[in-house]
Amino acid sequence: MPEGASRQVEDLRLLNLTKQFGDQRAVDDLTITIPAGSFFALLGASGCGKTTTLRMVAGLEEPTSGQVFIGEKDITELRAFQRPVNTVFQSYALFPHLDIFENVAFGLRRRGIKQVDAQVNQMLELVELSSLARRKPSQLSGGQQQRVAVARALINRPDVLLLDEPLGALDLKLRRQMQIELKRIQSEVGTTFVHVTHDQEEAMTMADTVAVMNAGRIEQLGHPADVYETPHTIFVANFLGQSNLIAGTRVASGDVLEVDANGVRFKMPARRNVAPGNAVVVGVRPEKITVLDAVDESRIPSGQNLLHGRVTDVSYTGVSTQYLIETVWGQEIIAFEQNSIVGDRCAVGDPVVLHWAPDHTFGLDPAEGLTSGLDHAVLELERDAEA
Amino acid sequence: MAPVLPVAAIAPAADVPGRRKSGIAYVLLIPGLAWLSIFFVIPLITLFMTSLQKESTVRPGTYVPGFQVSNYVNALVEYWPQFLRSFLYAGLATFFALLISYPLAYFIAFKAGNWRSLMLVLVVAPSFASFLLRTYAWKTILADDGFVTSSLNAMHLLPDGRILNTGIAVVAGLTYNFLPFMVLPLYAALDKIDFRLIEAGNDLYGSPVQVFSKVTWPLSMPGVVAGTLLTFIPAAGDFINAELLGSTKDRMIGNVIQTNFIEFRDYPTASALSFALMAAILVLVVTYIRRSGTEDLV
Repeated sequence: MPEGASRQVEDLRLLNLTKQFGDQRAVDDLTITIPAGSFFALLGASGCGKTTTLRMVAGLEEPTSGQVFIGEKDITELRAFQRPVNTVFQSYALFPHLDIFENVAFGLRRRGIKQVDAQVNQMLELVELSSLARRKPSQLSGGQQQRVAVARALINRPDVLLLDEPLGALDLKLRRQMQIELKRIQSEVGTTFVHVTHDQEEAMTMADTVAVMNAGRIEQLGHPADVYETPHTIFVANFLGQSNLIAGTRVASGDVLEVDANGVRFKMPARRNVAPGNAVVVGVRPEKITVLDAVDESRIPSGQNLLHGRVTDVSYTGVSTQYLIETVWGQEIIAFEQNSIVGDRCAVGDPVVLHWAPDHTFGLDPAEGLTSGLDHAVLELERDAEA
Repeated sequence: MAPVLPVAAIAPAADVPGRRKSGIAYVLLIPGLAWLSIFFVIPLITLFMTSLQKESTVRPGTYVPGFQVSNYVNALVEYWPQFLRSFLYAGLATFFALLISYPLAYFIAFKAGNWRSLMLVLVVAPSFASFLLRTYAWKTILADDGFVTSSLNAMHLLPDGRILNTGIAVVAGLTYNFLPFMVLPLYAALDKIDFRLIEAGNDLYGSPVQVFSKVTWPLSMPGVVAGTLLTFIPAAGDFINAELLGSTKDRMIGNVIQTNFIEFRDYPTASALSFALMAAILVLVVTYIRRSGTEDLV
């Protein structure tokens, strides 16, 4: 790919970007910088504004206010065809009247490039479709169409490649395969990828930066592991993976924070708490919890957070076992145990003691309500189950 | 045993419900086929036989069965100018109808929003009045002392100083009368275009003009082909517009056929002309469809 090989790829910056549809604010004062060459995932439930954001970057939607920059250049006023940005559309939007070769060559030809053969063939090779160059899109499988869509966008060497739920139409196995494929292509071409998805696993496996979006705003942005391990809002804790959240009150401050919830004391490092006041929601991820029979409580090392309860449900999923445990105050706690322990698993009705490290505990502000992000997550699960 | 097996396996397949359903499908075809054969195939054969009849030697002015191929030659030699004029007028009318209909259909399909149904009704609405009545109305519109003619005359745009009883009026009438047959298929084709394809064209550096010529236009080809055929074919055989809006110098082949049938009672010539017209249109249409390359788009 001769053209652009020596070109400096630049950061994508959104500045106070806002989009109003009627009385609904789809994107609300969004300001982010997406570093050049990164794989950035915009994660959120449908209707959270992530696709609108993408379309504003592509130039297919006009922002109500705010600006879009690539490097120092303000591209807000440029039309879609004038922007160094290309999109892989949700349903691929391949041109049905053109064959694969011409679909991929489309962008080059529109810019007046006559000699396209070498570039197109090279691109088709990258996505492993050389043998299908003269087929029409309708003769290709979903996965192949998806790769054509990527090739058609990437051949233009855009500064930014936008991917709008690019794997949504594929079955699970193919989706996993394409995730790896897309990561490979991204590391080969080094273009900035901005990936919009509602699939949290997809976002976490592919992206090096994840932004969780809710109601037109970014709730939290960071490395997938950081966002997962230390969610900053109840929405993120519930939307990205699962969390156990227990409402309590701060009773001791300092380097280690202590929170009293229904008479049980939980400790966490103060830096892992974002609650501004005395009301603190104690959070812990299910896989961080160890479930022990109550008689073995003496074996738990000191300093761990402890919680007593009774097993109400056990489901064996192969790699792990999922427990539902009812606390003395009637809240259900979910815990995942790796099936690597020799011996009996706990059974329904067993009194158990749960423990986890304070370093795995996080503190959240209860203001938004404990179920924030939960209904979305459930909806997504149901949708995936149907698909 | 092995070779027997496939036969045994195929035998029950004859009874699968799918097979029986296709039997019903043939039964359902009968009314249509009967209609077509009684009112189309048989008259067509009669027409063809008439076109080869020769004048009776016993009673001049009447015709007897024969195989007089010269009927065709004579008819074409005598009436080739009207033939050419028919195709010219029909072609022009088709061209202008396309020119008017495409932007209209484009607007209805992509921009009209909630007004789309109303606009489609308005396109068809003139057809609620009779074809003849509407053509008579054009006589008034294009009349020598009418507003259109006098305005154009004031600008010295008319070589003959008039519109009515010229070819312009005939083409205008044809264009107007067959406009809905152009608009509707175009609208159907444009409406079917996934708007994301146009967005994809924009995204891939296509300027509005390029996206139109490389994406929208090729994807609307089925509508263009259907619309032009639905306009051209009836326009080429039309005689009302030339009769009411044109002069004797603007006669089309439809007028010639009508006169030969009704006034001269020269049935063989009229039949030969009808058949030649049909054949010519058929050849044109087949060539056109082949050339436009829409087989795999339709």
